[in-house]
Amino acid sequence: MIDLIYFSWIRERIGKSGESIETKSSTVFELIDELRQKDTRYFEVFSDLGSFRVAINQELASFDAPLIGAKEIAFFPPMTGG
Amino acid sequence: MYVSVQNEFFDFSAEVKKFSESLENVGALVTFTGIVRGQKSKTLDYMFIEHYPGMTEAQIKIIIEDSFKRWKINDALVIHRYGKLEPGEPIMMVATAAQHRKEAFEAAEFLMDYLKSRAPFWKKEVVNGKEHWVEAIAADETALSRWR
Repeated sequence: MIDLIYFSWIRERIGKSGESIETKSSTVFELIDELRQKDTRYFEVFSDLGSFRVAINQELASFDAPLIGAKEIAFFPPMTGG
Repeated sequence: MYVSVQNEFFDFSAEVKKFSESLENVGALVTFTGIVRGQKSKTLDYMFIEHYPGMTEAQIKIIIEDSFKRWKINDALVIHRYGKLEPGEPIMMVATAAQHRKEAFEAAEFLMDYLKSRAPFWKKEVVNGKEHWVEAIAADETALSRWR
């Protein structure tokens, strides 16, 4: 099981702050593709790869990163701290 | 190194005093405080900041460690708030202490630039009862290229 966590408008548009899933995806990109198939909300949220970032186990990761060892995967828009 | 991610208001003068008293053999102390821009019930009702507990603290520490590698810094402090913030309230502060001012200024700017687009915070603004998420701007990303 992998915990997915959503922040900011991603959380609002999907309608939940996170969920646990079973996946056969081997990379972040495959997982995004899998999520897109779930329903139209997911499809719309994850349609533009330039609009969000991903972190694996609380570290920023690229879309081609492997999911080996991934316990927690977070999706969020570009950060706006400071 | 002092890192605090908190909802509570902070008094930046008290924080600077505490930080400066912890230092030894320092010739320069630079501080920056970010404040919620806008006028209540005119341009901004309030701001709401969301963050990623756990990753936020870890990421700030990584950024500070990186500044230690680049400049001769004696110590650094980062306080960043989350939750509901009113116009005029402090959002965050950075302090750097070094032997010389150049290092302290540059390290403070570096910390600011990285906190803006690499620490997992997301700002929402509420204006006239309508809310919107603040979008990251290209200039924030461009600012990082200066340090590469």
